[in-house]
Amino acid sequence: MSISHAPPDSQEPDISDISQQVNSPGNAVGSDATPDATATGLEPIVPASSRRTRVPRWLRRTTGPVLLLILWQLLSATGVLTPDVLASPGRIAQVAGDLIADGSLASAMTTSLQRVAGGLLLGTVIGTGLALVSGLFRVGEDIVDAPVQMLRTVPFVGLIPLFIIWFGIGEAPKIAIITLGVTFPLYLNVYAGIRGVDSQLIEAGESLGLSRWGLVRHVILPGALPGAMTGLRYSLGIAWLALVFAEQVNADSGIGFLMVQARDFLRTDVIVVCLIVYAFLGLLADFIVRTLERLLLQWRPTFTGR
Amino acid sequence: MATHLHRPVSPTAPEAAQTSSGPTGADRATEVTVTKEVTETTDASAAAPRPAHAVRVEGLTRSFDGRPVIDDLRLDVRPGEFVALLGRSGCGKSTLLRILAGLDRDIEGTVLVPRRKAVAFQAPRLMPWKKVWRNVLLGLPGKPARAVADQALEEVGLGHRSDAWPKTLSGGEAQRASLARALVREPDLLLLDEPFGALDALTRIKAQRLVGELWQRRGCAVLLVTHDVEEAVLLADRVLVMDEGVIAHEQEIDLDRPRDIADPRFAEIRGQLLERLGVATAAEAA
Repeated sequence: MSISHAPPDSQEPDISDISQQVNSPGNAVGSDATPDATATGLEPIVPASSRRTRVPRWLRRTTGPVLLLILWQLLSATGVLTPDVLASPGRIAQVAGDLIADGSLASAMTTSLQRVAGGLLLGTVIGTGLALVSGLFRVGEDIVDAPVQMLRTVPFVGLIPLFIIWFGIGEAPKIAIITLGVTFPLYLNVYAGIRGVDSQLIEAGESLGLSRWGLVRHVILPGALPGAMTGLRYSLGIAWLALVFAEQVNADSGIGFLMVQARDFLRTDVIVVCLIVYAFLGLLADFIVRTLERLLLQWRPTFTGR
Repeated sequence: MATHLHRPVSPTAPEAAQTSSGPTGADRATEVTVTKEVTETTDASAAAPRPAHAVRVEGLTRSFDGRPVIDDLRLDVRPGEFVALLGRSGCGKSTLLRILAGLDRDIEGTVLVPRRKAVAFQAPRLMPWKKVWRNVLLGLPGKPARAVADQALEEVGLGHRSDAWPKTLSGGEAQRASLARALVREPDLLLLDEPFGALDALTRIKAQRLVGELWQRRGCAVLLVTHDVEEAVLLADRVLVMDEGVIAHEQEIDLDRPRDIADPRFAEIRGQLLERLGVATAAEAA
């Protein structure tokens, strides 16, 4: 990593070896015929690595959260933070262990995951389907785009009361609300992706003799894929949000139900455990999308996921 | 459409083509058939005698918002002929190429081109989501084997990049891949739209040499649209200068191949063409 122009294994560098000089400024220079750096008016360029602190980055980055946890535990232990405001980290870890042990957390997670999966699947099919219709056909655009743009301005959470009237209080309204939340970002991004495909590539495809279907398959759909992946990411984020809203209303199972129950008994420890679970599920979803992107968009040189 | 295929073509057409066509084209106005469609000949093997033309354009007009960019243009290209099309930017030379490629069909006049034609654009226009060899095979009928693509890539010296993503290619490599994609179609007419325009000087010289070699090996007709006079004189049998929507000047280049830029006759022809394009040569300026 030395910046010296001498070969790496040269014993006598033409200019004093930089790292050596940094480490031991006293004896590095002047031991042989090479002129003193300062005497010749030259200035050593110090390698960046020698100036770095010895503490690894991951350790420095974990320090903050750990300090926060310690502070939290201290506040709880001293009684400043009472359990009905916020349970202590130790207590939360214990409750989490209990919930995992008796299987209630696992079953709640399964129920919630099923809701998200159902809503996501439906929303993806509807959103992508509509986007294909309006992206690929001008007639489709005229018919589909305007109503979708109108509906998308309605906050989907506001539709919960209506959905309860329509679908009752079972699984249907929950999945419907997730579906609705997922549909619009996917529609918008897939549609924009289709319309944003480089017209030069389409022309090149035409000149190569591709049929209309060939153009769609080999040029337009792959070109719209980056947009679709962005849409999927947004959709996943919204899916979790929609899940939280949907599960707080008339649920008898799932993570949201655990939270509502805990609220009634002032169990802040259970609530925090549920929040952590939500966060982990969100992370998991993000990981899935990243993996999908890595598999499907490996042709993009800008993509540096590892 | 088929009636145009066996249409008798005047044997004197090549000679006639050497005289520069007048800007009005009034002398030919009577024989111009105004159709709103592109007419294509079937490929050479289908017609018993080899057609006398690889390209036949008569009375071609293309207007943008009522302003004609190509105005009653006439153009003939013999099979296997290398024609370079020069002109100032905006003179309609790229529009003409797009029309010949079948990409622009809002035209009036008769345009006859071979069924098997291929285009290489200024930008390589490779599909970034397909590996190089898949790009080469894209649009070919049936399910051609990868070996077909590899052979074409080998021909342009890119066999080792067959499995690469297009975005990892250098400019010169991408352009060669684009050329391989055109050649794999075994075209009777190869349309090149400033294919070397975006390349650096050294890569351009190599690419020009490659195109010259490929043309001599394949024997297809080539229409090269360029703004580089030297490139035109170096490669073409015939150089056309386009101006005001017509072919304003033609020049046969009868220099021996391979051509030498240092040849005084090369410089002479280059000077004449530059003058035609409205650029004074250094000798005149002095």
